[in-house]
Amino acid sequence: MKISETNNFPKTRGSRLMDWIDERFPLSKMLREHATEYYAGKNFNIWYVFGVLAMLVLIIQIVTGIFLTMSYKPSAEDAFSSVEYIMRDVEWGWLIRYIHSTGASAFFIVVYLHMFRAMLYGSYKNPRELLWLIGMLIYVALMAEGFFGYLLPWGQMSYWGAQVIISLFGALPIVGDPLVEWIRGDYNISDITLNRFFALHVIALPLALVMLVVMHILALHETGSNNPDGIEIKKTKGPDGIPLDGIAFHPYYTSKDLVAIIVFLILFFSVVFFAPEMGGYFLEHANFEPANTLKTPEHIAPVWYFTPFYAILRAVPSKLGGVLLLGSAIFVLFFLPWLDRCKVKSIRYRGWDYKIPLTVFATSFIVLGYLGLKPAIGIYTFMAQIFTAFYYGFFIYLAVYTGKDKGVTLRTGVAFSLVLLIIGLLFSDTLTLGFEELEAPSEIAIYACAWLFSLIYSGFFMFLCFYAGREPEGPVPDRLK
Amino acid sequence: MLVGSRKALYQIDLNKIMFKLFIKFCVKDLQIKSVMFSVILCLFYSTSIFAASANTIIQTAENDVANIASLQRGARNFVNYCMACHSIKYVRFNKLQEALELTEDQVKNNLMFAADKIDENITNAMSINDAEKWFGQAPPDLSLISRSRGTDWVYTFLKSFYRDDRSSSGVNNLMLPNTSMPHVLWELQGLQNAKFASTIRDEKIINNFANPDEFQKFEFEYSGTLTPSEYDQFVVDIVNFLDWAGTPERLERQSLGIWVILFLFVFLMFAYLLKIEIWKDLD
Repeated sequence: MKISETNNFPKTRGSRLMDWIDERFPLSKMLREHATEYYAGKNFNIWYVFGVLAMLVLIIQIVTGIFLTMSYKPSAEDAFSSVEYIMRDVEWGWLIRYIHSTGASAFFIVVYLHMFRAMLYGSYKNPRELLWLIGMLIYVALMAEGFFGYLLPWGQMSYWGAQVIISLFGALPIVGDPLVEWIRGDYNISDITLNRFFALHVIALPLALVMLVVMHILALHETGSNNPDGIEIKKTKGPDGIPLDGIAFHPYYTSKDLVAIIVFLILFFSVVFFAPEMGGYFLEHANFEPANTLKTPEHIAPVWYFTPFYAILRAVPSKLGGVLLLGSAIFVLFFLPWLDRCKVKSIRYRGWDYKIPLTVFATSFIVLGYLGLKPAIGIYTFMAQIFTAFYYGFFIYLAVYTGKDKGVTLRTGVAFSLVLLIIGLLFSDTLTLGFEELEAPSEIAIYACAWLFSLIYSGFFMFLCFYAGREPEGPVPDRLK
Repeated sequence: MLVGSRKALYQIDLNKIMFKLFIKFCVKDLQIKSVMFSVILCLFYSTSIFAASANTIIQTAENDVANIASLQRGARNFVNYCMACHSIKYVRFNKLQEALELTEDQVKNNLMFAADKIDENITNAMSINDAEKWFGQAPPDLSLISRSRGTDWVYTFLKSFYRDDRSSSGVNNLMLPNTSMPHVLWELQGLQNAKFASTIRDEKIINNFANPDEFQKFEFEYSGTLTPSEYDQFVVDIVNFLDWAGTPERLERQSLGIWVILFLFVFLMFAYLLKIEIWKDLD
């Protein structure tokens, strides 16, 4: 029902325009469905701002990206100089470029927190599995976008980072080498590679990202938002059909998100204006040297947002094994809704048997990120192996422990083979992993540590199989507090 | 003035603090966030022990890009001693003129030898072919050296040349072993000899001329026309100039940044009041 029909005021020019539009395009209808009459739980906490922030960063990246494209030259000859040209000679070029480079890191920070929120409050569970899958596709597209974009400044780390990542595909049997050549379009990373990465970075992936984000929001508004209590607010509606515990997204959450956005912008612009390199984490020092095909940098580290996976890759002595483990570390996240079969969504109503594994998972992710920045030698590699095992342990734990059926034998078998596979990949060749500089007793100690860890690790999961399905479920209240 | 000892002091304090934090979080309050926090702290702590053998010979360049006089001296030093071989090709003379508060004539008469126009980029006269013939490789462009290597590195590099008769230029450098760069500033600094802990000349050390990890101290063979503190200032000025050349926008960026952040704080206040006002009708 249009507002103008319910009162006796004369129609203003604005409302007449709105009517004119509404007859031709469902503008008011969309605003109602997605803002003024979209109801979300009234108890959102700080974890619920990162979705909006991710959208904000996406817009920032697209707008600054458009302006950068106007002055950037995607050729091996000119790319590096054109970036410096933007930084020095283009009016406000440095600001645009720093916003874009800081935005890349900010994007990953908010996306990682957004994903962790989903794990805290079970936002991926029934009925939001598809929402999670679309979100994971966004994450993968974002990683590709970040990777392609990082080659464009054509600095040393751009070049050699891309060299390392692309060569990973070469580890695949049979198709490996032709595949790598196909991706690069050359026998080496060259002008051709830079041009196609530019095309992918400025049109293909942004387009995919925007479309996926629209799908993500549509899927979210179909099921309704989860909330920190993990209670479906749609189950208790008032006589007017509005959820009793829900409040309209506009104006309540728009006004709250605005506060969050400004706090975020304060942090964001503090980095842009006062520490754009962020100590070498957002802009790596080695990338201020133009790409040199003849000079390999001493220490190749990707940007921080890839380092957890980079650490997993390097933890494995064999290249193919590393690539498989790296790929499945991302791939396994897609299956989270089906691995965690506990009916209770929110961590608030789950016991230590979820809190501890989740803590272990989050800790491993951060520690792996730290290890990925370090050279792969000695103690770092050994720790990367341990924490890779913990990272995977979380998923095996969910798979084994949250099941309700009594198929202990089957579960034992599955857990046993998975654990063996991971341990086998990780520790098969511990002694060759850069411990040459250690004395013989320490070498034996490390070796013993690895085997002791493997024993405890596999023993834990064997043991766990017999306690599966015992996670207490509830009591979960019907209404929000 | 080696920083090694100072660094070690920091290390001890940091370890103590981390240990206390660890005890506090683990024992006092067994909450999930604190467990996670302390595990991570503990790990960083343990890896810092293993990674303790960092390069400790690097010294801190206490330069200040807001010091225009130092920048002017640095530009003069750079043009007189560095520009024969090194360019700063991403910097233009007119940008330099603006930032260093010089007149166009001052720049043209004192700094521009090979260039004609004030908006030209600052390049050197040496051809790449000649450079490769003379030095084995072309001297790098220094526009971004303060960002890729860091100001401290450049500062220490310029102070770390020492006599080495096995090198073709007669000198070697602690920061960049086997560098092909001759000690251009030897007349000013004088010539140093480097003392190394181990005198064993195994194959590895001969290949690297000398192992920086074994370095103990410099001793002057003969001093130059500048006193050590004057030479320090001379080098700091060059480093300062290169620091400016690497990030010429820095001062403008920082002063603008303060206004942007201030504006956002004011905006935040209004946004917060608006939120309070709107959420009032929920009670």
